[in-house]
Amino acid sequence: MSAVATRIALVGNPNCGKTALFNQLTGGRQKVANYAGVTVERKEGRFVAPSGRTLHVLDLPGAYSFDATSPDEAITRDVCHGRYPGEAAPDLIVCVADATNLRLHLRFVLEVRRLGRPVVLALNMMDAARRRGIVIDVARLSQRLGVPVVETVAVKRGGAKALIERIDASVPNVVPAPIDQAGVDELHAEVRAILADTVTLPRDTVAIDDAIDRWALHPVFGLAILAALMFFIFQAVFSWAQPVMDGIEAGIAALGTFVTGFLPEGSALHSLLNDGLFAGLGAVLVFLPQILILFLFILVLEESGYLPRAAFLLDRMMFRVGLTGRAFIPLLSSFACAIPGIMATRSIQDPRDRLTTILVAPLMTCSARLPVYTLLIAAFIPNRSVWGLFNLQGIVLFTLYFAGIFSALGVAFVMKRLRKDKSEHALIMELPSYRLPNVRDIALGLWERALIFLKRVGGIILALTVLLWFLSSFPGPPPGATQPAIDYSIAGRLGRMLEYVFSPIGFNWQICVALVPGLAAREVAVAALGTVYAMSGSDDALASQLGPVIAQQWTLATALSLLAWYVFAPQCMSTLAVIRRETNSWRNVAVAAGYLFGLAYLASLATYQIARALS
Amino acid sequence: MRLSDAPKGAQAVVQSVTDAHPADPIAQRLRDLGFVAGEPVRLVARGPLGGDPLLIQIGSTRFALRKTEAARVEISVGGAA
Ligand SMILES: Nc1nc2c(ncn2[C@@H]2O[C@H](COP(=O)(O)OP(=O)(O)OP(=O)(O)O)[C@@H](O)[C@H]2O)c(=O)[nH]1
Ligand SMILES: [Mg+2]
Repeated sequence: MSAVATRIALVGNPNCGKTALFNQLTGGRQKVANYAGVTVERKEGRFVAPSGRTLHVLDLPGAYSFDATSPDEAITRDVCHGRYPGEAAPDLIVCVADATNLRLHLRFVLEVRRLGRPVVLALNMMDAARRRGIVIDVARLSQRLGVPVVETVAVKRGGAKALIERIDASVPNVVPAPIDQAGVDELHAEVRAILADTVTLPRDTVAIDDAIDRWALHPVFGLAILAALMFFIFQAVFSWAQPVMDGIEAGIAALGTFVTGFLPEGSALHSLLNDGLFAGLGAVLVFLPQILILFLFILVLEESGYLPRAAFLLDRMMFRVGLTGRAFIPLLSSFACAIPGIMATRSIQDPRDRLTTILVAPLMTCSARLPVYTLLIAAFIPNRSVWGLFNLQGIVLFTLYFAGIFSALGVAFVMKRLRKDKSEHALIMELPSYRLPNVRDIALGLWERALIFLKRVGGIILALTVLLWFLSSFPGPPPGATQPAIDYSIAGRLGRMLEYVFSPIGFNWQICVALVPGLAAREVAVAALGTVYAMSGSDDALASQLGPVIAQQWTLATALSLLAWYVFAPQCMSTLAVIRRETNSWRNVAVAAGYLFGLAYLASLATYQIARALS
Repeated sequence: MRLSDAPKGAQAVVQSVTDAHPADPIAQRLRDLGFVAGEPVRLVARGPLGGDPLLIQIGSTRFALRKTEAARVEISVGGAA
């Protein structure tokens, strides 16, 4: 090779630690988790080697074979073969293999070697391999493969040192790996021969995995454990966060009073800060603790290796309704946010399963819905214990989450019925070893989530809130007006117009006003309600306390109806945009938005009319 | 015997993987994952509903396979075919 090799691609089986290595090399913070199919896109990074050379690194989705069966595997195949649009084949392939799982991973290494490109093999997870007493003769392995082999521990600081040195040394004069032309059976035979020659494996499985799986996958206890775990998470999200939320609420109120105290009462700036910023943003900011608790559980579950087990337990049920166990992880991610959830569907092989999963993902209760739910529940549902064990508010929250889940199952079932192609769907899913989550990684992950949330609050939510404040303030009331100023403003009039459409489902004009900016992002509706009520109320003390205001002004039927609306309504532009990107079709976006709004209206209508009839 | 009918916990050896239809991608994927003649396999657990999917141990790896997928794998248990 004459040109200087600068582009390195990380290639290997799923879940072998490619992204962990990528982060280690580039100082990046791409998502690492303990299941196959975490990375579904190519990600670029760069680092400066000790020699001073700058190297470009590419993290790729995991693949079992170049004979790709899912969109993410196809990306890896295309990049490695130099067929990816706008990108030449990498100059050096770092093939990553899990040292505890060589029988599977070596086969793909051999397949990669056949590309005839320069290859370095990184034996990752050497820490786990040593713990299990696996001994690998690295020199002999390198000799048999004809490529350099290094040991790495991607999750330990400095664990990629050997790899960096090796890359640095080989970059100017990389040699292509030897090519052989063996069939599938020969590849396996070669793997077996190499393993017999270079690896001593005391035991096929890890004792602790077997012990945990005996319970976690037990036909009865397994499902019971899963249900208890999910219920515990929802209870925790609701009850653990409360004290912190009360503190934040009080803090924001005090800060608001302090800051606006310097401004003349009745001035526009006073109103913007008090009604727009503190009432609006404060109402959303309060939910940070809940969102972090939810993410704490999701991060721990993702790293533990339990998620594919849950997928195993639920596959049959999901299959019956037209989904697949593989949809479990994308759908669970959608509880955090539908956008990564929809992207994660790339690891679903079957295009029909994938489309169904994408279309029902917005029904999973994303964390942006929590502020709305929590606000309404705290205002309308009494905080009392049920059978001395559960909290009524927690139960209502749980019910809302389940309403989303059950309707997703229903929608998937209808789609299954409508589908003409009835050929077989594949599952074939690997269950990883259990792993203890690293406290530092989890803490970093939470910190990132907090930053993302704060950026959202300071970005789109702030912008929309200020915009709404403008629309609610102008034009000002005519002289001698008797109603609050907002009634004469653009927002007030718009709300009154929308009220015709939404009064059958019990929404007043204030809710209608809040729904409009809430179309961009769900939490904005809470901020918007805060602003709208602050603007229409005369009492400033109420401004920072949206809950008590709506508790006073809305009926229970209205509150329940709004909750039902939020279970379904696709109030998130980014989700619709990502559906368009992932399915490459506006038709799917229209289908998703149409059916979700339809369901939202029907559910709210039913909820409102029934609740009113009963009370 | 088919892998989908294997007794739980018994050690077995793969004989072959058969295509359910010509150019069967599922059968091909199973071969890529190591379901080839001579590999030891074990059925570790069955799913809670209708005994589906199956948890299969092959080498150091565990895979969840649906019954229809496992039915493509012909095995022999304890030496008998
Ligand atoms: N003990 C140990 N765990 C590791 C090591 N490298 C990665 N892991 C863990 O292995 C799991 C998978 O790591 P990832 O980096 O997400 O793997 P990946 O190859 O990028 O996976 P995909 O993107 O799904 O293909 C995570 O739980 C990591 O914490 C290692 O060297 N030792
Ligand atoms: Mg990855």
